[in-house]
Amino acid sequence: MESLLAIAIGVLVATSVYLMLARNVLRFIFGLVLISNAANLTLFVAGRLTAGIPPLIKKGEIAPVGPVANALPQALVLTAIVIGFGLFAFALVLMFRTYTTLGTLYSDEMRVAEPREDTVI
Amino acid sequence: MDVPNQAAEWKTNIVAGLFPVFLSALIFSWFLTFIPSVADGVSTRFGIDWIPSLGISLSFFIDGLSLTFALLISGIGTLVFLYSSSYIKNHHHFHRFLLYLFLFMLSMLGVVLADNLISLFVFWELTTITSYLLIGFSHETHKGRHSALQALLITGAGALAMLAGFILIGLTVNSFELSEIILEADTLRAHELYAPILLLILFGTFTKSAQFPFHFWLPNAMAAPTPVSSFLHSATMVKAGVYLMARLHPAFAGTDLWLWMLTIFGATTAVISSILAFRQTDLKLALAYTTLMALGTLTLFLGQESGYAMTAFATFLIVHSLYKAALFLVVGCVDNATGTRDANTLGGLAKAMPITAIVAALAAMSMAGFPPFLGFIGKELKYAGALGVASEPILVAGAVLVANSLMFAVAAIVAFRPFWVSSKTTYPKQPQEAPFAMLAGPIILASLGILFGIYPDIIEKTLVAPTVASLLGNIEQSKELKLWAGVNLPLILSICTVILGLALYLQHQKLRPALDGIFAKLPTFDQGWDKFLLKFKDFAAWQTRVQQSGNLHQYMFVVFFVVFASLATTTALKNAIFKPPDFSNVTWLGVGLVLLIIGAAIITTVTASRITAMATLGVLGIGVAIVFIGFSAPDVAITQLLVETLIVVLVAIALLRLPNLETEAGQRRPLDAILAISVGSIVTLILLSVLSLPLDRRVTDFFEQASWPEAFGRNIVNVILVDFRALDTFGEIAVIVIAALSAYALLRTTTPQSKK
Repeated sequence: MESLLAIAIGVLVATSVYLMLARNVLRFIFGLVLISNAANLTLFVAGRLTAGIPPLIKKGEIAPVGPVANALPQALVLTAIVIGFGLFAFALVLMFRTYTTLGTLYSDEMRVAEPREDTVI
Repeated sequence: MDVPNQAAEWKTNIVAGLFPVFLSALIFSWFLTFIPSVADGVSTRFGIDWIPSLGISLSFFIDGLSLTFALLISGIGTLVFLYSSSYIKNHHHFHRFLLYLFLFMLSMLGVVLADNLISLFVFWELTTITSYLLIGFSHETHKGRHSALQALLITGAGALAMLAGFILIGLTVNSFELSEIILEADTLRAHELYAPILLLILFGTFTKSAQFPFHFWLPNAMAAPTPVSSFLHSATMVKAGVYLMARLHPAFAGTDLWLWMLTIFGATTAVISSILAFRQTDLKLALAYTTLMALGTLTLFLGQESGYAMTAFATFLIVHSLYKAALFLVVGCVDNATGTRDANTLGGLAKAMPITAIVAALAAMSMAGFPPFLGFIGKELKYAGALGVASEPILVAGAVLVANSLMFAVAAIVAFRPFWVSSKTTYPKQPQEAPFAMLAGPIILASLGILFGIYPDIIEKTLVAPTVASLLGNIEQSKELKLWAGVNLPLILSICTVILGLALYLQHQKLRPALDGIFAKLPTFDQGWDKFLLKFKDFAAWQTRVQQSGNLHQYMFVVFFVVFASLATTTALKNAIFKPPDFSNVTWLGVGLVLLIIGAAIITTVTASRITAMATLGVLGIGVAIVFIGFSAPDVAITQLLVETLIVVLVAIALLRLPNLETEAGQRRPLDAILAISVGSIVTLILLSVLSLPLDRRVTDFFEQASWPEAFGRNIVNVILVDFRALDTFGEIAVIVIAALSAYALLRTTTPQSKK
């Protein structure tokens, strides 16, 4: 199953890179969502998959009995999801604000800070 | 401005002008006290630690060589300050000028006294910076700024190379102290890094001492006020390169590389610059080129090892500083009195400025090498030294002969013709004798030239012999300084010099146009340098244009390409292990889930509809959440579901105000697609390679074992987040808060403040 997900992650990365190379910043943001999902899945898969045994300790025990799912990548992914969401939300608002100010979603038309050389006097 | 104010300012200027005179005279007298001990061959070393862990100390060393230089610097410095106190006292930046000049003097003393190479480098660069400020003193003019920058860049580049050389020396002999390096001379000369070290250091000294082909900055530096030209660009700073070569002579000399580099560059500089000096009509420029000639000659002699060559070096060093500083100051007086420095218009000044005329004649006769001036002794020694050159005595002596004859002619042009040959020109100003403060320096310097000529013993035992001892490690090698050494080859060459020089002087009006004709056709290094700088600037602009295009697509493309390239090369070079992927435990449910995720991702990419994209993003998020649920990560799955819901809600709100995607959907971007597929494939490959390796569970094991006994939590994931890595989680919360605040700030100011 890990190998299959590895292929799915590759597809996610490829689509997100393609989206992030687009001129339209809305697509860029879609790419951002995809690439954070790809990163989370990568962490998760690299820690190996275990079906049906969450990393919990039964009452009365002091450690999990028998093999349980790898807890470490889960903790990392949890943090990553939240941070990814923060980044996404900020980027979305930034893009929204850019659109209302500049009236365009195309990155190569946003040249207030870096004007084209031929237009500089 | 009213009169009392002016008077008050005039008074402060007098005080400010004389203060550095006394200070430098004090320094000079302090150095004089070292003469007896140095003459006895005792050297003094003192200093403090600076960065001991790197072997850097602020240590100083006084022996014959450094004392000679220190006396020249502080002595001429005193006279130049006295001169400046009158010459430039009405300038509105007079105080600034004095400060720069004094800082320069201290830095220069640091260069010649430093024992530690790194300290020496620091002082060296301080002279570069102060020289920059002084050349650019008339910063209102383009020429002033241009010349200052040129000198800074050329000598600065050389100094950086030199620093590299110093560090290599430090690595080779494990010390930066010159006094210790000299003891390791044999190790150094035999070391494989000898040639690189030598070439790097020579690049520094040649640029500083304006050796051909880096000579052109020095004549341009004449944009500085005359006292500066006299002090920095004749008597002291330009000799820093010569000083360093002399200082390193015991450690480096004696190899073919040393011999040929110094001989060839020195001789070329001496001959070319004396020809260039001859064709100048600006007196100051003519002197500037003869300075180059002197620097070339000094370099030439440092290439050798004989006692004659070293005695010639030490004597000529002193002679040159005395007469050249005097002549520059005289030219400053003439310039001040008449308002011109043009050799063709000046004439008959002896009547109006008799003292200046006599002083000029005294200095010039030392320069031309007449007996009984010290210049004569210097010239005899130069010939003796040149004839003693082991490999090519005739070539070297010939170069010295040509240079000396031309110098004779230039001396006559600068100091004889303007005063004693009558001219009908009327001057911009009515010439009159310069004030005492401006005459004192030239008088003292020129008188010393004749005093030391008649009584050479004064400097022989005190300065020349100790200097030779510093160079050769042996005071016995020093040759005697005397006016009459009998009829010998040097004397015959001296007579040839006078005849040739006289002939050149008499014909100089006719020869100049011919020389101008030749030089007009040759490209000058000065223009070449300007072109180089211009091209360099164009190159920088081009590079910026290419790299910083302001195009997001280009930036992203480069970023992803670098990601791909570094991942791919690392995978290839580190021999990543690949096993065929294992699909044994794949379930139909799993296949369906993966197809759902892949499909959603692809549709998001290709769709032209915002609503579809939003929906597929949601599907994808839920698909990933199902993966988490299926593989024992309920907490992660819950978070993922919440976040995905929020994302869809936010996108939906934003999309209400945003235009559709249509316009771009039709575009095909094959290059982007290739890069995207490459990055995706390399990620899959690396992940597969990682999966084929055994899992290191040590950290997980620790958390599993410690979760209950140490943190009293049964949900291991939660314990990790809120206990073991609580600070991390706290940071994460801070990030979210900052993102939320920034988003709020962006949304609050919906009305654009500056709409164009």
